Amino acid sequence: MKRRHLLLGGLAATGALVVGWGVMPPRQRLTGSKPLPVAAGQTAFNGWVKIGSDDVVTVMVPKSEMGQGVTTSLAMLLADELDADWDRLRTEHPPIDAIYNNIATVADGLPFHPDDQGAIKRTAAWLTAKTMREIGLQATGGSSSIKDLWLPMREAGASARAMLVAAAAQGWGVPAAECRVVKGVVSHAGSGRSAKFGELAERAAKLPLPGSVTLKTATEFKLIGQPQKRREAAGKHDGSARFGIDTVLPGMLYASVVMCPTLGGSVASFDAKAAEAMPGVKKVLSVPGQRGGSGAVAAVADTPWHAMQAAKAISVAWDHGPAATLSSAGIHQQLGLALDSGDGFGYYSRGDAAGAMKQAAKTLRAEYSAPLLAHATLEPQNCTVQFLDGRATVWAPTQVPGLARYVAAKALGLDSEQVEMNVTLLGGGFGRRLDVDFVAQAASIARALPGLPVQTCWTREQDMTHDFYRPPCVARYEAGFDAQGKPVAWTAKSAGPSIVQQFLHRQFGLPGAGPDKTTAEGAFDQAYEWPNARIGHAIVELPLPVGFWRSVGHSHQAFFKESFVDEAAHATGQDPLAFRLALLARHPRHRAVLLRAADQAGWGQPLAPAADGAKKARGIALHSSFGSTVAQVAEVSLDPKDPKRIRVHRVVAAIDCGLAVNPNGIAQQMDSAVVFGLTAALFGEITLDKGQVQQGNFHQQALLRLSDCPVIETHIITSTEPPEGVGEPGTPPIAPAVANALFALTGQRLRSLPLKLA
Amino acid sequence: MTTTLNINNKPVTVTAEPDTPLLWVLRGELQMTGTKFGCGMALCGACTVQIDGEPARACVTPISAVGQRAVTTIEGLQGREITVLRQAWTEIDVVQCGYCQSGQLVAAAALLKAVPKPDDSQIDTALDGNLCRCGTYPRIRAAIHRAAERLNAAA
Repeated sequence: MKRRHLLLGGLAATGALVVGWGVMPPRQRLTGSKPLPVAAGQTAFNGWVKIGSDDVVTVMVPKSEMGQGVTTSLAMLLADELDADWDRLRTEHPPIDAIYNNIATVADGLPFHPDDQGAIKRTAAWLTAKTMREIGLQATGGSSSIKDLWLPMREAGASARAMLVAAAAQGWGVPAAECRVVKGVVSHAGSGRSAKFGELAERAAKLPLPGSVTLKTATEFKLIGQPQKRREAAGKHDGSARFGIDTVLPGMLYASVVMCPTLGGSVASFDAKAAEAMPGVKKVLSVPGQRGGSGAVAAVADTPWHAMQAAKAISVAWDHGPAATLSSAGIHQQLGLALDSGDGFGYYSRGDAAGAMKQAAKTLRAEYSAPLLAHATLEPQNCTVQFLDGRATVWAPTQVPGLARYVAAKALGLDSEQVEMNVTLLGGGFGRRLDVDFVAQAASIARALPGLPVQTCWTREQDMTHDFYRPPCVARYEAGFDAQGKPVAWTAKSAGPSIVQQFLHRQFGLPGAGPDKTTAEGAFDQAYEWPNARIGHAIVELPLPVGFWRSVGHSHQAFFKESFVDEAAHATGQDPLAFRLALLARHPRHRAVLLRAADQAGWGQPLAPAADGAKKARGIALHSSFGSTVAQVAEVSLDPKDPKRIRVHRVVAAIDCGLAVNPNGIAQQMDSAVVFGLTAALFGEITLDKGQVQQGNFHQQALLRLSDCPVIETHIITSTEPPEGVGEPGTPPIAPAVANALFALTGQRLRSLPLKLA
Repeated sequence: MTTTLNINNKPVTVTAEPDTPLLWVLRGELQMTGTKFGCGMALCGACTVQIDGEPARACVTPISAVGQRAVTTIEGLQGREITVLRQAWTEIDVVQCGYCQSGQLVAAAALLKAVPKPDDSQIDTALDGNLCRCGTYPRIRAAIHRAAERLNAAA
């Protein structure tokens, strides 16, 4: 309790420090503080929807489209309540505004167990939500887009609908309650009159915003819950879709950078003579590392190729900085020492774990580890900036437009209001584009060439060697059992660097302090009903940039926890499914997910060999993250021609994500999360030597290929609970499901990632 | 110096040095951004174009090696194969972020031209060099099969 009060105090202090306090009315998120830009014939109803005299409904989608399908799913929320015609609808990315700030993801970041519904948790969530609304982080991340906008966008649609109906009813002199709306047409049966949205919009928008609206119930939804195809697909079929790297402006120059190979290092001196003599080169300059990035030299030229060639020709002396002594082996050792010397910050405690462990008839211990991982978005980091006369325009594939604008402004010596931010499509995000080092860098480069648009684009090698990596982590688990094999004690502790501390420091200069939920998430916040448990994490500060990697702490903590649960089942001679079910007596939703995956996968049934005769085995894992629960059963075999080569044939997944807004999108995200997680489980490893990343391109850091890809089946649990996260929850369980299957197949227990058979 | 290339059935004169990779002529000088940059080492397939109908990695193909051969990019791809592929891509809702998809479609169109009804292992061979970080692989495979069915039904 004491700790939580302290934490709460810290949050309040942060809020006060950054923004001060003010009262915001509850419907603040409906109306923009700035009016939306409108085209001829278009009328804005609120900060979320505009309707044209041509009947086209334009929905504002403030989240970044990075493949997760927000362009479609968020439009569905508003269109359904508006009763709009789905085929007469467009989406737009709105200008930055406080109403679009992400509240859900930060409230989710608080270190409370999901079963904890206490007043302190509620107060902290409210306080955080309020703080974030005012700090202004328009973030796309944390699998939060739907839950963040589930109510605001539906309210926005329902409010606009009510205004359209009111305008029609007034015009016809009939009661509004007698009017109905179908696919963008308001009609009144009694009088036989009808009008399209376009005819009513201008008059309707002048009416007052209704004080309250009644939202549809689940049975009234027409779009929500029905599988919808991706709205922005066509441009991705013919090459016309514009990612950040596709920004083309008249007179644009291209910058290529070479950053200090040692993470966080800087430029001591450089010789640009050779580079400056190369064709097309306009300028060579040094750029300081910003927002957690490393110092760089940049070559600016007339074409991307000229810039890349020139950048390579710059001769640089580096100041390698504090990371120069870091190596992967040294980090592993340091994390192990931290675990030797303490239990870390306690994120969860129940009963008397130490006492119960001493009393146990049998105990089991294991140590696990996970390496650094790169995001490797297929579109390398890039950003285009034009700086002229005290103003600037930025085009960036970013998950955080407000933060990107802020750091660009700082780098240009401007205020945020003097910078216009254009968010492009993102060629993958996965958390990499929650960081803005590349935006600040591009702004600094453009500042040196006033008036000219400059696109800064990283090579793959610069991208892979200058990421914000998934933190390295080492974990120790211990379980105690009674004489019947029933678990009586469970302890887990892990050690690694803190993302949130580093992030707050690099973006806002806040000192890194206090617990960080993301370090221990996936270990402490799960549903298993241990009678006695203690789960902690020790933050180890390292001069190594770490960042949010799809599913964050869950990605490695799920591997440790679900592997050890499997070990515990086998050590006590129990079936891994039955062992888990016995620990979930009070968690029916988790049981249902587990049972659905197991049933669909044929758990316990004989498994036919692979086409080439290789024996197959199954493994199971269950994990909750971002509000959702996923179980996966993986079927694996070994390649008879290369018995160390792991093959994953089939993955059966079940997910409870509350109400399924777009089942089609959920199945896509499961495919995506499994493939992303398999890349990490089978190949993912970034190693350091003298603070320098040893992998530069895809021959050194492989990604899963088409021929490696299993059949993936997704089963969605029917639910009318509020919608929860979908983009990330499918990633954590796949590594342990595969590791557990490999144990069943070979008897080898693999406790470190990536999975490598002896 | 100037070089005349044959891009999407049109003669196009560019001023790039002969060792410039085709990718950067397309993306830079010609501002044809449908062909993507992913790795620069022919490791990811995002820059796949067709040269005389064969898939090629534009990031490692200098324009001097292209000569007068016909370069076809995602913007210029025509014919039955790409038509049925785009239809299948839409129906199966293949794409996610979409960054790799130009390369996937250009490679798939070349495959269907050469092998109108590919089996799984032929699809693997043809598209294994086209990486997708989002994991659209299961749907890419399904969509190629569906496109092939339609191609053969119409033939």
